[in-house]
Amino acid sequence: MESRRNPRAVVDPKVRQVGFFTSSQPDSSSTQQQQQQTDPIPASASSPPVSTISPSGNSLSPVMIPPPRLNSSDTFPLRGAAAGASSAVSPSSFSYSNRRDFPDGSTTASPGRHSRGSFVKSSTPVASSLPGIGMDSMAAAKSSSVPASGLTTVSVATMPPGLAEKASGMEVQSDQKKNSKPLKEKTTKAERRAIQEAQRAAKAAAKADGGKVPPGTSASVASTSVKVAKPAKPSTQKNEVSVAAGVTEKKGGPSEKDRKKDAPHPRMQYDDESRVVKAKRRAVVKQTEAKNRVELFRHLPQYEHGTQLPDLETKFFQLDPMHPAVYKVGLQYLSGDISGGNARCIAMLQAFQEVVKDYSTPPEKNLNRDMTAKISSYVSFLIECRPLSISMGNAIRFVKNRIAKLPITLSESEAKAALQSDIERFINDKIIGADMVIVKHAVTKIRDGDVLLTYGSPTAVEMILLHAHELKKKFRVLVVDSRPKLEGQLLLRRLIKRGISCTYTHINAISYIMHEVTKVFLGASSVLSNGTVYSRVGTACVAMVASAFRVPVLVCCEAYKFHERVQLDSICSNELGDPNAISKVHGREDINYLDGLTNNANLQFLNLMYDATPSDYISMIITDYGMVPPTSVPVIVREYQKEHLLV
Amino acid sequence: MPDVQSMVAEFVNKLRKRKIEGSQATAKCTVELLRSVISHQRVPHANQAAALIDAVKAVGQQLVAANPVELAVGNVVRRVLHIIREEDLSLTTAAMAGLDLLDASDDDDIDNCKGIGYPAMSAAVVAAAARSTLRPPSLQTLLEGTPESATVPYTSSSGADSESKSKSADKSSLTRKLKHDVIEGVNQLIQEISGCHEQIAEQAIEHIHQNEVILTLGSSRTVLEFLCAAKEKKRSFRVFVAEGAPRYQGHLLAKELVARGLQTTVITDSAVFAMISRVNMVIIGAHAVMANGGVIGPVGVNMAALAAKKHAVPFVVLAGSHKLCPLYPHNPEVLLNELRSPSELLDFGEFSDCLDFGAGSGSLQVVNPTFDYVPPNLVSLFITDTGGHNPSYMYRLIADYYSADDLVM
Repeated sequence: MESRRNPRAVVDPKVRQVGFFTSSQPDSSSTQQQQQQTDPIPASASSPPVSTISPSGNSLSPVMIPPPRLNSSDTFPLRGAAAGASSAVSPSSFSYSNRRDFPDGSTTASPGRHSRGSFVKSSTPVASSLPGIGMDSMAAAKSSSVPASGLTTVSVATMPPGLAEKASGMEVQSDQKKNSKPLKEKTTKAERRAIQEAQRAAKAAAKADGGKVPPGTSASVASTSVKVAKPAKPSTQKNEVSVAAGVTEKKGGPSEKDRKKDAPHPRMQYDDESRVVKAKRRAVVKQTEAKNRVELFRHLPQYEHGTQLPDLETKFFQLDPMHPAVYKVGLQYLSGDISGGNARCIAMLQAFQEVVKDYSTPPEKNLNRDMTAKISSYVSFLIECRPLSISMGNAIRFVKNRIAKLPITLSESEAKAALQSDIERFINDKIIGADMVIVKHAVTKIRDGDVLLTYGSPTAVEMILLHAHELKKKFRVLVVDSRPKLEGQLLLRRLIKRGISCTYTHINAISYIMHEVTKVFLGASSVLSNGTVYSRVGTACVAMVASAFRVPVLVCCEAYKFHERVQLDSICSNELGDPNAISKVHGREDINYLDGLTNNANLQFLNLMYDATPSDYISMIITDYGMVPPTSVPVIVREYQKEHLLV
Repeated sequence: MPDVQSMVAEFVNKLRKRKIEGSQATAKCTVELLRSVISHQRVPHANQAAALIDAVKAVGQQLVAANPVELAVGNVVRRVLHIIREEDLSLTTAAMAGLDLLDASDDDDIDNCKGIGYPAMSAAVVAAAARSTLRPPSLQTLLEGTPESATVPYTSSSGADSESKSKSADKSSLTRKLKHDVIEGVNQLIQEISGCHEQIAEQAIEHIHQNEVILTLGSSRTVLEFLCAAKEKKRSFRVFVAEGAPRYQGHLLAKELVARGLQTTVITDSAVFAMISRVNMVIIGAHAVMANGGVIGPVGVNMAALAAKKHAVPFVVLAGSHKLCPLYPHNPEVLLNELRSPSELLDFGEFSDCLDFGAGSGSLQVVNPTFDYVPPNLVSLFITDTGGHNPSYMYRLIADYYSADDLVM
């Protein structure tokens, strides 16, 4: 896995970045390149296989398309604003982000892999030409400004782990123990080379005792200075994974770390007992394990529902480490008061804004690190309340990235203001603004006389329908609902209030009504980079029946919910709801067949929350970057993921 | 007579009010009613079979009209008609066989085949022809190319001068015999209907293996018996039951399965697609099987069938022979579905002001169908009491059970 990923990150920049290399802003990708360039020589001496692997291919992956002009120009103002807000060296940061569009995007999504031979060939000339330039830029960066130099050194410091990882991925920690000290200091080229040599030796040693490291750590690479400090203790945070990892890495050399962390992390598997025990020890929310668990889903948390809330509510005033705003949001998640991807995400971000507002750096501590750690602990609390959605993971990644990028020169109040405005902007641009763009796009697809089908209660689709109604388009809406949440009734109520004519039915009857439908609009919790739409359970059924009836299926999803993770089924990663919600039918006292059987060992209730819709059922995904086919999702993920983080 | 009339009226009422649920129960009630109709029917000397057929048809039409969606009613009526025709035919051929000895000019015995009396010769030809349709032609007759019927006239005419005294006595016994045989046949039908579960369940072990994961939906007694039969044979497997909102028949089935000690997991209907990839087989009980091999089942079945097709999971339909319907789903007289009350989906109080009651005033419609149609290409296998069959073979089974004359009642 790693051996494949890391090199890939390297090569593409080589090809494309030449023109940008004189920039004074040190980009970690450039530093990484230097590392890569310098590395073949010693590597060939010590461990030949590494050197052959290092310049991994697929630089020009099949999906290599230039980033859309329109969008990049759209976002530039944003970046400028970001730079201004953080009061960093604005021109350099500008060029920096500009450059990143290319290399970083290519690192994340690159399904195809070229043959090894080809990329070796292509990389060698570049290798010979680059180091010098890279060093120049390094030197320039060091001399130019304090923050910049800080960045460079850190990124350099963290390079070795990356390389080590590439070789085996296991020995990372041991490397770091050995190398972190010297790397912290400003290094010269020669020094770095020496370090690399040392690493290779360490690597060989580590290989021997490797394999003990839990998978989580190897991925989330304790490459951060924080983790280096207390090394090798695989303090695998719960399964927030991408989040927690994102955090810590952000701190150091941002871009290189991003890349590392972009690879999907293994999530916490709840059938791994030792980790569950560890996680429990830390937990604020005391969850009781469900007695009657579904065998197939042992890897997911299955807790008794409704037991923790009163207990937590009493603790509201006692919990000092938890910020009250976060605590409140957590309780709302737990009780189900806030649901829906966007609502949850916004609530969380607003809570974080509160956190930032009330934050003061403890003495002897660094704002960046301390706040990241704080946020991480809040996030793990939120996870205990309810597993994060992928969109929330992305948002948390953004927040942590912003914190990590705060220039040290800023005073505390300035930094806090910058952060708050960043979060505000994320909410406005990436969630609310994105929805408006989606509505604008989607409305063009609604014509007079259409019969539109929607499932559940997706906010984006609701906005589309209301807007189309305002435009005096004549259409009918079929609201399809499913147990146990019956969210469709809420949507139905709101649509009827606006005077839209509706038909309401259950998901079972979908085949009965599908023949009269002209378009299906669906929402999504996340869109994964293999085109799979991860959404409210039942969405896949609707999409399947629609495609069987040759009805186009349009999925509306904000781009911040896209993720480079892939998924084939709905089993491996999912969320389980309250099983009792299935046995009890709300409002139907006559349906009581299963009363008193809930504790029977032979009977389980499975309340899946999400399912994965295969991309073949989806005609189009409407997102804030336009309307794309599901095959283009990896492109969007690649081209814009970094931009989300940079905004 | 009057008590038969009142029985019919009562049953029609029940059907109309949907008091009888389930095709098996309906079928059973229908046959029993028809049996009493037949036994009370006064049979004239001539045309006994025609009289019986008319009587059964008259009642059958009422019953079908009472609940056109319950196709089992129509099926059973047709089955009874078929029994009458067959018994009549076999009696006729038996009589024809006796014609060697009897007076061939006695056309009363056989005129119920052709209606009006024909000369003895032609009547015998008709009977022989009828007999040859019952029995397959032997290889020898095929080879010789001489149809059996060609030989009949000679033999019958040769015995034409036999005594005709026994004619009237024979006739009355024949009359009683026909009715008796028909009732016998109907009793067999009743047994067949009530025994179809066991017949189908016997085949369970051939289809369910150890550690299998089975998905089912709706509540069908056939499925329940089928699964339990496999369980009794010490097969251990788990069952996913889709709850089948808004009727929640799945809850009922789950309760029964748990009571019999099967590992059962109840899932929501929306999770069918998510779970189907981990399922080895989908087993459902049909409401009716159409002549093209299409299935009418509980609502939501089509979704499950599509998902099963997508994941190449076998989709198995259990159906007793009384569920085989000789009609095609595109026939206009087949009402494929029935809409139930919206109150199962929505609280009446909440949305009542905006509901569209057909006057076009409200903006809300609620659709709550009872059944779903699954086209034959989504079905992998039918298991009936006569064994397993492909959907494309259904037409042949149906031809065994029904006469072509009865398809339109």
